Amino acid sequence: MSDRLLVATRKGLFVLHADGKDGWSLGEPDFVGEPVSMAMHDPRDGTLYAALNLGHFGVKLHRRRAGSADWEECAVPVYPPQPADEPQSAAASNGGADALGRPPAPWSLQQIWSLEPGGADEPGVLWAGTIPGGLFRSEDGGDTWTLNRALWDRPERREWAGGGYDAPGIHSVMVDPRDSRHVTVGVSCGGVWQTDDGGATWRITAEGMEADYMPPERRGEANVQDPHRVVQCPANPDVLWTQHHCAIFRSTDGAAHWRRIEAQPSSFGFAVAVHPREPDTAWFVPAVKDQYRVPVDGQFVVTRTRDGGRTFERFSKGLPAAPAYDLVYRHGLDIDDSGTRLAMGSTTGGLWASGDGGESWRLISAHLPPVYCVRFG
Amino acid sequence: MAHIFFAASIQRHVAMPEREIHARTLGEALDAVFAGEPRLRGYILDDQGALRKHLAVFVDGVRVRDREHLSDALGEASRVYVVQALSGG
Repeated sequence: MSDRLLVATRKGLFVLHADGKDGWSLGEPDFVGEPVSMAMHDPRDGTLYAALNLGHFGVKLHRRRAGSADWEECAVPVYPPQPADEPQSAAASNGGADALGRPPAPWSLQQIWSLEPGGADEPGVLWAGTIPGGLFRSEDGGDTWTLNRALWDRPERREWAGGGYDAPGIHSVMVDPRDSRHVTVGVSCGGVWQTDDGGATWRITAEGMEADYMPPERRGEANVQDPHRVVQCPANPDVLWTQHHCAIFRSTDGAAHWRRIEAQPSSFGFAVAVHPREPDTAWFVPAVKDQYRVPVDGQFVVTRTRDGGRTFERFSKGLPAAPAYDLVYRHGLDIDDSGTRLAMGSTTGGLWASGDGGESWRLISAHLPPVYCVRFG
Repeated sequence: MAHIFFAASIQRHVAMPEREIHARTLGEALDAVFAGEPRLRGYILDDQGALRKHLAVFVDGVRVRDREHLSDALGEASRVYVVQALSGG
């Protein structure tokens, strides 16, 4: 069971500790006033990482070593020089536009959108998924970073379109606990990609996903899919869950095929969490649909399936009564390794924790800055 | 000698006192500053070496024109101000 909770917000990083009485103590934030887009605890050496997105001064990464009270700035991923012949606008050539015809983003880091440790057998290895779509790897705990060219240079990458933000980005990175060379990433909007050889080669694995926002003849294309968040069951990594822009999708064969699932009160949302040992159990925080990103009827609920998506339970105990317009972003929901403790934070600054598998929730604060990421560790 | 100043909002992250520099262009002046404080580069320039979108540089009161290659000329006694544009909430 995890007794520490990292909460990355628009105005700083809050590190909470369990108080032993089913509650959490909320202290002073680190990086107060600064947007923190992602936070991570490295289970191999205890280091904490915080990715900042300073509006004027770019993206920064800080780390705090285990046992230290001080944060230190480390390196950020830097995109390589952009070739002079790289298309700069949609009008430049047919190859210059994304799948929706918009001009490509410059080769410059806009945000660290996901940050994950490498495998248990790879101390120091970190993966960073970024906007505008580059996947970076560090082998020295953030001292240096290298863009994965094999994925970046795929012709399909140029077609990736902005989803959550104007430019495309990698929001989910999953390292297979059985084999650290097997890495799966989720792209908005660019489907789900996998490597079996540590990033030397990549294949797209989004068959069965459906992009209702595309013309009918293109809805099934893998590279136009917008998975908002992809998670993998640690005990059974062949089972993956995706909260997609258009529905919930689940795979039981290592993402080779995906099955569409419709849930009540809605299949739209951003966040998904999967139980660490029960691959049929997952949680969601639904909103109306893409045009109305608020809870259905103003009733803020968490849903859970325990049968692989055939049925969903709906929980609201401890959550605010209607009308409530909290929205939980893609990294705003997490579960710890016990499978019973969950936490979530909303864009209106609510933070809740559950100790019973999401059946009831306890408010930690209703007045935080907008929450980008909630993570145990 | 040109004189270069960095706004307090930048110094909140990376300290850089005002200083005099021999430089013919803005790019040369910034390179000289970054040589002494490499960490400052990423705060001022983006990955492709262009001035960050929400920063502005004034040379003798005039906003620089070449944000990409930083080729604006500096005079013998130019005063260079690196400041932040206003954005967000």
